[in-house]
Amino acid sequence: MKKIAGVFVLALLAAFAAQSASAQTLKAVKDRGMLICGANGTLAGFGLPDAQGHWTGLDVDVCRAIAAAIFDDPNKVKFVPLTAKDRFTALQSSEVDVLVRNTTWTSSRDTSLGLNFTGVDYYDGQGFMVRKSLKVNSALELNGASVCVQQGTTTELNLADFFRAHKMQLKSVTFATANEAIKAYDAGRCDAYTTDASGLYAERLRLANPDDHIILPEIISKEPLGPVVRQGDDQWFDVVKWVLFAMINAEELGIMQKNVDDMLKSPNPAIKRFVGTEGNYGEQLGLTKDWAVRIIKLVGNYGEVFERNVGKGSPLKIDRGLNKLWNQGGIQYAPPIR
Amino acid sequence: MSIEIPGGPPPVAFYNNPKVRSIVYQAVLFAIVAFLVYGAASNAIDNLQRAHITSGFGFWNTTAGFDISQTLIHYDAQVSTYGRAFWVGLLNTLLVAGLGIVFATVLGFVIGIARLSQNWLLAKAAGGYVETIRNIPLLLQLLFWYNAVLKSLPLARDSIVIAGGAYLNNRGLFLPKPIFETGFAAVLIALAGALAIIVFFGLWARRRQQRTGEQAPIVWIGLALLIGLPLAAFALNGSPLAFDFPQAGRFNVSGGIEVLPEFAALLFGLSVYTAAFIAEVVRAGILAVSRGQVEAAYSLGMRPGPTLRLIVVPQAMRVIIPPLTSQYLNLTKNSTLAVAIGYPDLVQIFTGTVLNQTGQAVSVVAVTMAVYLTISLATSLAMNIYNRRVALVER
Repeated sequence: MKKIAGVFVLALLAAFAAQSASAQTLKAVKDRGMLICGANGTLAGFGLPDAQGHWTGLDVDVCRAIAAAIFDDPNKVKFVPLTAKDRFTALQSSEVDVLVRNTTWTSSRDTSLGLNFTGVDYYDGQGFMVRKSLKVNSALELNGASVCVQQGTTTELNLADFFRAHKMQLKSVTFATANEAIKAYDAGRCDAYTTDASGLYAERLRLANPDDHIILPEIISKEPLGPVVRQGDDQWFDVVKWVLFAMINAEELGIMQKNVDDMLKSPNPAIKRFVGTEGNYGEQLGLTKDWAVRIIKLVGNYGEVFERNVGKGSPLKIDRGLNKLWNQGGIQYAPPIR
Repeated sequence: MSIEIPGGPPPVAFYNNPKVRSIVYQAVLFAIVAFLVYGAASNAIDNLQRAHITSGFGFWNTTAGFDISQTLIHYDAQVSTYGRAFWVGLLNTLLVAGLGIVFATVLGFVIGIARLSQNWLLAKAAGGYVETIRNIPLLLQLLFWYNAVLKSLPLARDSIVIAGGAYLNNRGLFLPKPIFETGFAAVLIALAGALAIIVFFGLWARRRQQRTGEQAPIVWIGLALLIGLPLAAFALNGSPLAFDFPQAGRFNVSGGIEVLPEFAALLFGLSVYTAAFIAEVVRAGILAVSRGQVEAAYSLGMRPGPTLRLIVVPQAMRVIIPPLTSQYLNLTKNSTLAVAIGYPDLVQIFTGTVLNQTGQAVSVVAVTMAVYLTISLATSLAMNIYNRRVALVER
């Protein structure tokens, strides 16, 4: 009996001592044989599982690209649906390896939460959706309106800022999830619903009569959305950062899912570096020579992923706008692979 | 024949002394628990530092910057701090929990007594209520009531205008807000005076009843005093009361007192749900009073009403109070489900928005747990004091 008690105490002590988490995320992911990715789960175009449990979306494809680069298999990802409220805690406590959940990059999130943003996979901005029957044509006419909003987001702060800056009266109604907020808006609880413009297009499709609602022209904030990793693991930070850069570079170089095999024979030095026939850029990241080829072959370049999930090839039909490449009038730009 | 042992019982080694042993065991146990708590705390602080997560309460005095739909104290997104947001949330929680306890108690007692009624229909209806309500998860009920409120009320532009200047729509109930002008204090003084007179009159009436057996019409006289005196003071001071009437604007009705549909749905849902449990507690308490007590009262010629009021309920109370306390605690804790229907309670504001904007999970959650612990312990304490008063005094 006394022995058992002693063992129990020792076990407890061991449990406490063993808390020092290792910073080797890439090794942990490889050992596990599976990437764990924090995703949205309810936002069409960014992260949404279908009836068969197959996840699709722009953010989801970034996770698949990471898995493709590491495992040569875009399906070795486990998606964990997270609410806006729980996402950072899940990443901080190592429940997920990477968070790709339409998360806005802000200074306080980058500095005080122990997190690092690796880049921007979608340049977004906050907008408003209202009923057509209200005959409102501008967000500046919303003085005194009730606005439904999701909690724990930059949206909540931008909303208060915008109304304050224009000396308008605001009645905000805050909900824990986007789902509840949009349902309340649909039921007539609020005059307007606000979130990132991309989200407005996605949520509008879920309303009872999507055609009865319009999205107002004003974009009231900058919302650069991107993947997030824990601070303190530079190797993993580099991997996630360069997977996204590779997707953007591929579009710039004209490398696509269907022509990537031909590109292996290309004489162009930039393409040779990209596909790994020249240099050892993949190994420098802790991956293989053909890491970028895997991404493009299995998932696609940035343009393909964009059009498939949120652009012309999707029900959302969002214009690329700011998300065009830098040499086509947008601001998507990736440092070169060399 | 007996053997004499000189000097009393044989000396026992101190480590075999049961008293010493029990103290040692308790000290060891305490040391282990203290060590575990210390270990967990220092481990958490360590890990937070290693993960570069700021901790502490530095955020408390920084500007919140978000809007809150229901504020009992002044709150302004531009200047108010996270600390202020905490108090707003706490007061909202206390408001819904306090009112919920009152409504649930009244409804629960009525239904509990109805379930024991001789009237077949009434008893079955009360039984059906209890069995239905307490077997459906509260979260579902709250969502149901919230959607029922939103769906059944008209849109803001088709508001129902209630006589007296109130508006009702799916944004809430908008009531005229009383504005007290100078001279209104006299009305309050008159009210206090009326209450004092009623207390003295009640004491006199009781003493007279004990002496002579005559009953005074205390209820009617009390009501007359309670309404008449303040009304007279009000008239004499030239009606020192104005109203801020709600105005229908382009989008919403504004001004006046605003009762949010989220608040109404939460209060209603919590009261209805907890009342089902309280009804069972009350029924059990009444059934615990021995049948002989009722028969004795009837044989003394008492009617069913006074029998219930004077004989059964006072004896049932000592059985009812302890489980009733835990129902009150449940109601308070269940109010955290507000987060699902957008009512800005403490959890929604503080462990929701504030936690997310600041990222201070450990500090924020610790404060919230401490708050609920304090509210629950305070409720328990109050109920225990009351319980001591109604408990059976054994002589």
